[in-house]
Amino acid sequence: MSVYVWIETYSGRANPSSWEALAAAGALAENLGSDVTALVFGENAREIATEAGHFGATNAYICKDEVVNEYRLEAYTQLMTDLVKQQQPAFVLAVASSRGRELLASSAVDTESGLIADATELRLDKGKIIAIRPAYAGKVSMEMTSNSMTTYITVRGRAFQAPPKDANATVSVAELQTALTMKDISVAAETFTDSAEDVNLTEAAIIISGGRGMANNPQEVPSEEDAADPNVWKAKEGFENTLRPLAAVLGAAVGASRAAVDAGYIPYEHQVGQTGKVVNPDLYIACGISGAIQHQAGMRGSKIIVAINKDAEAPIFKLARYGIVGDLYDVVPELTAALRRKLGS
Amino acid sequence: MHVVSFTRSTPDTAAKVWVDEEGKVTWGDVATVVNPWDEYSLEETIVQAKGSAGEATVIAIGPDIHDDALKHSIAMGITKALRIDEPNADIRDSLVWSALAAGAIKKLGDVELVIFGKESVDVATDQHSYQLARRLGWTMLSYVSNIVALDADARTIRVEQMLEQGKRVLSARLPAVISVMKGINEPRYPNFLGIRKAAKAQIPVWSAADLGIALPVAATAILAYHNPPVRDVATEIITGKDSAEKAAILAERLFEEKVL
Repeated sequence: MSVYVWIETYSGRANPSSWEALAAAGALAENLGSDVTALVFGENAREIATEAGHFGATNAYICKDEVVNEYRLEAYTQLMTDLVKQQQPAFVLAVASSRGRELLASSAVDTESGLIADATELRLDKGKIIAIRPAYAGKVSMEMTSNSMTTYITVRGRAFQAPPKDANATVSVAELQTALTMKDISVAAETFTDSAEDVNLTEAAIIISGGRGMANNPQEVPSEEDAADPNVWKAKEGFENTLRPLAAVLGAAVGASRAAVDAGYIPYEHQVGQTGKVVNPDLYIACGISGAIQHQAGMRGSKIIVAINKDAEAPIFKLARYGIVGDLYDVVPELTAALRRKLGS
Repeated sequence: MHVVSFTRSTPDTAAKVWVDEEGKVTWGDVATVVNPWDEYSLEETIVQAKGSAGEATVIAIGPDIHDDALKHSIAMGITKALRIDEPNADIRDSLVWSALAAGAIKKLGDVELVIFGKESVDVATDQHSYQLARRLGWTMLSYVSNIVALDADARTIRVEQMLEQGKRVLSARLPAVISVMKGINEPRYPNFLGIRKAAKAQIPVWSAADLGIALPVAATAILAYHNPPVRDVATEIITGKDSAEKAAILAERLFEEKVL
């Protein structure tokens, strides 16, 4: 009755958020008097299994067949399902990334097992799993249980702390073969364009976000620019030259409100909120964001919230630990300079 | 080509939602809206059905609160709506939900494409789309930000998928289940004619027996809902003689908080 963790990989490297899932699994395994088994499929599976061992896995199943060389939902699901049917682990965990969510949901239905998505807390009560997860855009939380032989659980990124690395820990590795071949795969991946962002919003420890106030940039639109909408030019320039330097100093990701995205100031992939991403960084700096309830739905889980806004009445100040009432275009460059001095970068 | 979308009614996104004394989730007397992510899937369903000279159907699973979302869908331009209501089914469990959904798709018979919004904001999960695809044995294409091509005759689809790591173009054979992101289209507002049509629409309700399926056992159970702990709202508004001083104080505070 081991506890399994799918280690998400990308281009032959582990997604470090998977170590958080290993931590969550470790606590369950300890309670059950069991151990943690990492599932690593694809490129560099053996090396990544060794790494998973450094973060608490004692066993690993790896598969290096061509059909799982890169992530393919059908093949990964089949491999996971076959293993679960055969071994009947108590739990299968993964981080609740896009792929973690679809993979565990697919395999759960194959095995008619319970699925708990996006858990933020887990505990065992006399062997019964109790999970806390958000509902209604985080306005309430749901307490769930599952009674199937195996329960699949995705854990919200940054809800569990990754275990300390022990580079001397070893892992016992078994290699799997899948019955699938490339002919069984119905989806063909044609092209892939890497995100231009260094830091992924949902995994970021620090996020700098901009809102409608980004349009108040005092910069003049250069005469050679097509100034069809000067606000769009100003806001884009502000994201690039005011928010990004602060993000760079802190190794932060750049977020945005729906208002900023809908106005065309920044692409949708940056949107935080009800119809964007849900984030829970240690530090969230909201610049020129009023803090509509739909935005709060995406960021209220942040540990420390800082609001920088000209409008002292903006609702965002009610959530904020620290606030500066002022023009972000005055405050942010000063904050960047102050942090640069302190961090010596 | 017959295109189907699943939808549900969810509390207005601006509504306050809380757990009452009886432990039930409530949002007072605020109206429900169509699940915000479904505006994109409904729009895409209308566009793709029209583009392939086919039918557009919307389905909700659950009690009659979801008729509001179905009527909104008709008002937008979906031609047919139906609701699955099975009092014996615990549809809060996605194994049960997806079994009913798969039963409905099979009963319709000629469906080639099912389109979901990225997730439902009330239950806050996207697992239903994946589980339906798996139950049907269809291809799943998730987080679709653009349908590049859809060929009803060749029965192929090409989409752009938006992942944390970037964008990927995928091609697959139909039938398929897809889930779509914001940005794939500009959802239309219902017009007067559409709203009149929706008001008059009779929505058929099917049970598990109508679908001819045996219900699976629910594997999960909701034990309770809780109000989240009240956030520490001791806001410190930083004051100083100018922005430089305020920024320096803020930097100091952030160091003290050990979040850098």
